[in-house]
Amino acid sequence: MEKILNWIDARFPLTALWKSQVSEYYAPKNFNFWYYFGSLALLVLVIQIVTGIFLTMNYKPDAAKAFESVEYIMRDVEWGWLIRYLHSTGASMFFVVVYLHMFRGLMYGSYRKPRELLWILGCLIYLCLMAEAFFGYLLPWGQMSYWGAQVIVNLFATIPVIGEGLALWIRGDYTISDITLNRFFAFHVIALPLVLLGLVVAHLIALHEVGSNNPDGIEVKYNKDPRTGHPVDSIPFHPYYTVKDIVGVVVFLTIFSIIVFFLPEMGGYFIEANNFIPANPLQTPEHIAPVWYFTPYYAMLRAVPSFLDSQFWGVLVMGAAVLVFFAMPWLDRGKVKSIRYRGGLYKSWLAAFVISFLILGYLGVVPVTVWGQFGEGFPFHSADKATVLARVLTAIYFLFFILMPWYTARDRTKPVPERVTA
Amino acid sequence: MALDVAAPAVTPVDRRKRRFLVTATSVVGGVGAAAAMVPFVISFWPSARAKAAGAPIEVDISKVELGQKIDVEWRGKVCWVINRTPPMLASLPKLDDKLADPNSNSPQQPAYCKNQHRSIKPAMFVAVGICSHLGCSPTFRPEIAPADLGGDWLGGFFCPCHQSKFDLAGRVYQGMPAPTNLVVPPHKYLSDAKIVIGIGEDGKDS
Repeated sequence: MEKILNWIDARFPLTALWKSQVSEYYAPKNFNFWYYFGSLALLVLVIQIVTGIFLTMNYKPDAAKAFESVEYIMRDVEWGWLIRYLHSTGASMFFVVVYLHMFRGLMYGSYRKPRELLWILGCLIYLCLMAEAFFGYLLPWGQMSYWGAQVIVNLFATIPVIGEGLALWIRGDYTISDITLNRFFAFHVIALPLVLLGLVVAHLIALHEVGSNNPDGIEVKYNKDPRTGHPVDSIPFHPYYTVKDIVGVVVFLTIFSIIVFFLPEMGGYFIEANNFIPANPLQTPEHIAPVWYFTPYYAMLRAVPSFLDSQFWGVLVMGAAVLVFFAMPWLDRGKVKSIRYRGGLYKSWLAAFVISFLILGYLGVVPVTVWGQFGEGFPFHSADKATVLARVLTAIYFLFFILMPWYTARDRTKPVPERVTA
Repeated sequence: MALDVAAPAVTPVDRRKRRFLVTATSVVGGVGAAAAMVPFVISFWPSARAKAAGAPIEVDISKVELGQKIDVEWRGKVCWVINRTPPMLASLPKLDDKLADPNSNSPQQPAYCKNQHRSIKPAMFVAVGICSHLGCSPTFRPEIAPADLGGDWLGGFFCPCHQSKFDLAGRVYQGMPAPTNLVVPPHKYLSDAKIVIGIGEDGKDS
């Protein structure tokens, strides 16, 4: 065994890689619950790739056959239903895990210097994941697939001057058609997974270069034990964190399995009811809503009124809401990284941001008329209550970022200890 | 005997020449790479078959009853042909102050349909049945004052996606998510009984 390893090591740095990236990659010893979600995201990525490969073996990217082939997978392919439900559940759980992973970053200032590039790579992964989810959602060729794609592609059509042409170019037809389905399939199964894998590798390389942040936001690698040369507040990733992450994996897979076996549609949130009806270009469903992970942005899109004969502004706001994350490392001027040592200002803004995001997520699921109009006697009597609330929450969402340089600098922070705590 | 081999002359690096060569090769390579992308980018445009399928269509309108709407498909989009009744036409001028663009100033119709009824012949309304907001298909609601649309509804179209309202000439109400009136496609009469959608009286296809 050792001979084989030596033979390989002389030709490929296997042991060296294992040591530098895993067994002697020193990570802060105070990781908590929030540090499960990075490795879980990796696990879901693997689940998606494996189940996706098996789905392509029976799926047909053809407008006349796509819907039928998905039902064929569900009914006739041995264990096909399981593979499909693993993939559809995996899509939603990917976003659950990634949103929690991003929230961890916000709490502990993981985007701050020297982790700006790590954060940007993460944001690119998030963008790529959104595109991947969007392209994938068209493939079952159900009503919601079709009309959701229609709405999203038409977002591009609102861009002044070039919009109409751009939308035509994306669709490759005058409407969402077989041609569109075929190219979305190519993006979903080849192009974007390759990009995603590349970004994930780059994200990990960047992480292992700068080292993990931790709940105290202290740079542990500068405080080294003179005898061992290793940081005093760090422990090797393997076996300590591999074992910890396995606990996370077991809990996660338990929840995942419960969903797959008992709640695969999650009451219409993971697989929408309208998607069990084949796509019909001549009939729009009563109510179009994207899958839950896009709804905060969708609520913003709907909340922005058209202006100067164009509703491009809503699209701009929606795009800015995603892209603004990239600027965070430079917006935050706080003296400390972690929420543990931040003052009330940052904590309040973060809470307002998270609440806005969650309520916008809810509003994006329901029709704008959900709570009716204000009625006579109010300043905007004909406006929908939900729309007005969505506007306020959109403003809060953006103020969290726009005012960040100001409130983080003014925040009354607590002193950060020399060593990590607990 | 000393070896008769001259030590290689150490010539200093000519940085200018090196920079020129690097720049020249990068530019040539870059142009080549960009040119190589062109076929891939162009392959995304509608194929010859897609373009053929998007050709103009002929519609027989002789059997459209008064007040009836028929749906036809043009370029994969639903097109309505509606034979509006005199009361329907009479409702159009009553709504002007509630509409965002009552005079159809924004170019959502060919020039020959820029009139109050937004059609060539007043009764026969042809429109693309796709909401100008985000491409859903509004429903035809010709009835007067239904419970869900309020007492002042005089008939029109209602988009189920984001609740935009249009009158019976496809003109959008004020304060709706939809920014503009519904699109009237280019069309022309071949005879009283037959129209063609996709090419206009002016010979233009858009």
